[in-house]
Amino acid sequence: MELLKDIVKPMVAGFGITRKRLSREKVTIQYPEQKREMYPRTRWRHVLTRYDSGLERCIGCSLCAGACPAKCIYVQADENTEEARFSPGERYAVRYEINMIRCIFCGFCQEACPTGAIVLRQDFELANYKREDFIYTKEMLLEPVRRN
Amino acid sequence: MPKRVEAVVLHDSSTPVLGDVEKGGSVVLTNVETLLNQARANSLWPLTFGLACCAIEMMSSAGSRFDISRFGSEAFRATPRQADVMIIAGRLSKKMAPVLRQIYDQMPEPKWVISMGACASSGGVYNNYAIVQGADQVVPVDVYVPGCPPSPDALIYGILKLQEKIKRSKAKNFGDLRLVELTPRELEPVA
Repeated sequence: MELLKDIVKPMVAGFGITRKRLSREKVTIQYPEQKREMYPRTRWRHVLTRYDSGLERCIGCSLCAGACPAKCIYVQADENTEEARFSPGERYAVRYEINMIRCIFCGFCQEACPTGAIVLRQDFELANYKREDFIYTKEMLLEPVRRN
Repeated sequence: MPKRVEAVVLHDSSTPVLGDVEKGGSVVLTNVETLLNQARANSLWPLTFGLACCAIEMMSSAGSRFDISRFGSEAFRATPRQADVMIIAGRLSKKMAPVLRQIYDQMPEPKWVISMGACASSGGVYNNYAIVQGADQVVPVDVYVPGCPPSPDALIYGILKLQEKIKRSKAKNFGDLRLVELTPRELEPVA
């Protein structure tokens, strides 16, 4: 009787919990094959966006670089000319570099941007082997021209 | 069970396979290097080296939602003697740097280092006198994972990158296989 009460009963109760958990939905995300749904405001890799006309939004004002707490953005501006026009205003960014490994993805650059040029999207697969490869240039950040 | 044999990833175009794999051939030939690389890549035991908030995400990646045991690295070891990969999770202060180096030296070969997060990889926002500006000043880093902190899936991506690197590694001589230590190492005492 003692054996039944002290050993068998707790064991059965324990396996009961196991049986109950077995019928539950599995929580593991099979990551490389299946990606979890991100929240709409998830902040990961930066993208320099364009207007619908194909012109760049960035006007090279360096407000993002000023707002950056890690000082990982470098912007070099230049004047637009009639022959070479990149953005609608007077100036555009001739160089735009982000040091991805120093960036903390706070989104202050996105907040500071007056034209909404720099946005943080949801691509998080950024790991790499060399530190040099983390300097993302304007060509890497700029979104391709949309063709309708 | 024909499907089981298909799941053996040892064979690629360079390693001959005896028997029909489709029908469940039972012999797979490979070289020692490929076998070792496969075994090492798929059983990366991390060393618990949580230095700051990144460690929370590192622990979370071992939880059931992300579950790095699917890649054979669920066994977080608290001793460097049993670990293969050191995940530096968090900002590395100058005071911690000699400790990190000593623990790295105590790990047996072959060993790898993942630098997790902005602070460990480059210093991040802490560009000051107290923080080492990148763990690669202290130990050789194999994979850098950006993010502040990197989400568990970003860390898993880093681990997958490291697995790719291990599987690609080539040995030029017997010593490169790192099967046995040919010359005993002498650790420098850390003051």
